[in-house]
Amino acid sequence: MTTPQPAIRFAGVHKNYLSHGESVPAVKRMDLAIAQGEFFSLLGPSGCGKTTTMRMIAGFEEPSGGKVYLDGKDVTGVAPNKRDVNMVFQSYALFPHLNTYQNVAFGLERKKVGKADIKKRVGEMLEIVSLTGMEKRAPKEMSGGQQQRVALARALVNHPRALLLDEPLGALDLKLRQQMQIELKRIQREVGITFVYVTHDQGEALTMSDRIAVMNAGVIEQLGSPREIYERPASRFVAGFIGTSNLVDGHIERCENGLAVVAYSAQDRVVVPVGSAARPGDKIEISVRPEKIDLHRGVPPVSSTGGSVLSGVVNEVVYHGTSTNYTVATAAGADFTVFDQNASNADDLADRGDRVFLTWAPQHSYMIGV
Amino acid sequence: MDRVKRRLAPYLLILPGGLWLLLFFAVPMIAMLSLSLQQGDVVNGYRFTFHWQNYTEAIEAYNSQLIRSLIYGAIATVILIVLAFPVAYYIAFYGGKRKPTYLFLLLLPFFVSFVLRTISWRQILTDEGPVLGPLKDLGLLSDSYHILGTAPAVIGGLVYNFLPFMVLPIYVALERIDPRVVEAARDLYANPATSFRKVIFPLALPGVFAGVLMSFVPVSADYVNSEVLGSSSTTMIGQVIQAQYLVNSDYPTASALSFILMAVLLIGIFAYARALGTEDVMKVAAR
Repeated sequence: MTTPQPAIRFAGVHKNYLSHGESVPAVKRMDLAIAQGEFFSLLGPSGCGKTTTMRMIAGFEEPSGGKVYLDGKDVTGVAPNKRDVNMVFQSYALFPHLNTYQNVAFGLERKKVGKADIKKRVGEMLEIVSLTGMEKRAPKEMSGGQQQRVALARALVNHPRALLLDEPLGALDLKLRQQMQIELKRIQREVGITFVYVTHDQGEALTMSDRIAVMNAGVIEQLGSPREIYERPASRFVAGFIGTSNLVDGHIERCENGLAVVAYSAQDRVVVPVGSAARPGDKIEISVRPEKIDLHRGVPPVSSTGGSVLSGVVNEVVYHGTSTNYTVATAAGADFTVFDQNASNADDLADRGDRVFLTWAPQHSYMIGV
Repeated sequence: MDRVKRRLAPYLLILPGGLWLLLFFAVPMIAMLSLSLQQGDVVNGYRFTFHWQNYTEAIEAYNSQLIRSLIYGAIATVILIVLAFPVAYYIAFYGGKRKPTYLFLLLLPFFVSFVLRTISWRQILTDEGPVLGPLKDLGLLSDSYHILGTAPAVIGGLVYNFLPFMVLPIYVALERIDPRVVEAARDLYANPATSFRKVIFPLALPGVFAGVLMSFVPVSADYVNSEVLGSSSTTMIGQVIQAQYLVNSDYPTASALSFILMAVLLIGIFAYARALGTEDVMKVAAR
């Protein structure tokens, strides 16, 4: 038995656009393999090349160089109608002159599936997306959420090798978006099709994906599971783009047992796990997530011995309901954000202008770029 | 006070348009209707006598010109659709930055009088003119061959003169199509021909519908093209009406013919709207 082919593979793909006579790279040399049945997200700010990447899978853009494979078959240069992938467009792009049933049946009709079979499959698909009874509705007679589900059904009913979703939830309001995230995940599990999901919403990518490729300026900055990307951002860009990160740099004072200590004063220090390559005197960049940090008014407890300790002054206190966010100007020179869960303590830990100590365990510091 | 104002507002707003319609549409129509039922002659004056015979006599005398006008109108409209669609399609989908230029070029002929342009076609198509002359010299056409005075010359002139009226509405309809909808069709296994047939053309139909209305009616009632490019065998109903008014001063017959033409066109349009299902077309158009 051979190992299963990746559903989608990019080999040395790059894409340049001509703009005012100049060749501008939209996607730089990219090698990528997306596994069968995977929920894969392309995440990045607008203009990072994520949509171009997706359009090259669909066949709406041809790479300037390199090859695109679907199920191990080279599809570079193959027209979109001959590629066994389907797309859910950003603004749904439903056929305005066709009703729900006709919209969903469109692909099957092109594939010359029998009438009775189409009827059965469309019916089943409408049931999966909970639109049974809406067959006769025209797109503009439906809400955004319903249109979005028609778009999904229209693509999925063809059992494509992969489903491409281009910011499909962008036009929905927050509540509906969260509902649809769960719904999408359920549908993906049910149909077992590879999903490639383009989004600029890091929260969405983190909740739904098996793996995420974080893109910036035409390059994949990091590829990994949501946990890896969140806990171990590979670059300053990823650390800043995914959630909130506290970034601080400094020179290693000493290394012991795989931990490096960066000292800012006699009592202010950051302890970070490092590889064997780190040497005293090296300049490193450290990232710490705001929810990992404990905030103390007064002297830090003894339990924090061996971990990081930074003193500072509270600049801002913002109440968020489930948590309270503090901004602290620290002795390390950088402003730190600290999230404190409002679990049992109804009162704030500190007020503006208070002198506080921030502490966190060594494993919560992360050295960027290793 | 405010409530009175608010209730009056719609009527006040409709006043200018209403007055306009009354003055320039309703009054002339009533005057013409009355004229069409009068009897007499230009020397002794006309009297209103409910003379319905004006209608029956007009139909009897000029039904062949009326039918010819409708046939010319229908042929010209079909040719217009066939010619205008590719033009509109090209401008809408491949015009890019040059769209305004193309649209300007399309409207450029309007800067020269309609009659003048038609007369210049006469020069072009004349028996020994720049088109037929060389072909005859080369022996490709017989010396007696002519275009002027024939139905093709008249229909050609009509098509030429009304092309922008067909291109523009189709262009507007095509322009409004979301390119992603076309991409969606391609994504759902439709080849370029099928996505045109199943998506682009149906979505352009409201434009075709509007173009047909805007060209079939004036084309059928046209009196210039046949006058300039045609002959006695191509006489259209518009020419007859014009001659009755301005040459023979037979106002009742001219008015009766005008009403007959209007009635025929209205019936035709309603039948056409019904057949195409205007409601659906309008639904799409209203999107």
